[in-house]
Amino acid sequence: MKYRIRAGDIEHGGSASAKIKSELTRVGIDEFTARRAGIVSFEAEMNLIVYSDSGGTLSVRVEPDAVVVEARDKGPGIEDIDLAMTPGYSTAPEWATDLGFGAGMGLANIKKNSDGFEIESRIGEGTTIRCRLDRRENPRIDHQGGS
Amino acid sequence: MRLDELAMTIEGETLVRGTRSDLQIEHAYAADLLSDVLSLAEGEDRTTLVTGMINPQVMRMAEILSIAAVIVVRGKLPPQSMVEYAQELGIPLLATRKTLFETCGLMFAHGVSPCQTKPVHDMRDHQ
Repeated sequence: MKYRIRAGDIEHGGSASAKIKSELTRVGIDEFTARRAGIVSFEAEMNLIVYSDSGGTLSVRVEPDAVVVEARDKGPGIEDIDLAMTPGYSTAPEWATDLGFGAGMGLANIKKNSDGFEIESRIGEGTTIRCRLDRRENPRIDHQGGS
Repeated sequence: MRLDELAMTIEGETLVRGTRSDLQIEHAYAADLLSDVLSLAEGEDRTTLVTGMINPQVMRMAEILSIAAVIVVRGKLPPQSMVEYAQELGIPLLATRKTLFETCGLMFAHGVSPCQTKPVHDMRDHQ
């Protein structure tokens, strides 16, 4: 599954992620993994809408043991990744915070819901995040909540 | 409690009844920030969301998180797009004039429990 996300398109924000969640459920991914994939996608989708220069892509791949979510944009890039990962740190514009977005929890929440998390960013080139979510047979008993 | 009992308890209006007539409201979570709602990954399957947010993203989140029902507080009127989306998903949508605090208080007093979730940011990490 691959979706093109437009910058600033708040009206449709989250619609790709809602489709991702229902499609993953439809193909037989367990509810817990599908839900986490939906959450990770939603946060990444909102990041593309609120922060990217020209939008980006959100893609999801199902592997035998995992679901992999990848978000990619072409800028502006993140200057200080550690700072951006800090819960509560946000550079969101006022129009986003007025709507309940941009609380500075996005990347932290993505990491929390992923079993594997990678982020690469270069100023002027763009940002890519890649999240791996292990599929679980019985998620509620042994889940420890990400890395 | 049943959905109609919930509506009576919070003096709410049922804008969308939803598709499950046997729905029991057992757990609830209240938040006005998207990211806080999205921290519900580990919440119970039939969690009810109590919120002041009335944008279309709320219903998309409800779909992603398998939310049982959405209650809009403080007399806000959800836009038609939100009502239609709730209908499409079959997720009950209620609205009440009561505040977030009072709505939660009434639900708690009538046996609705908090949902179990881990914070994204644990303040104990910094002690």
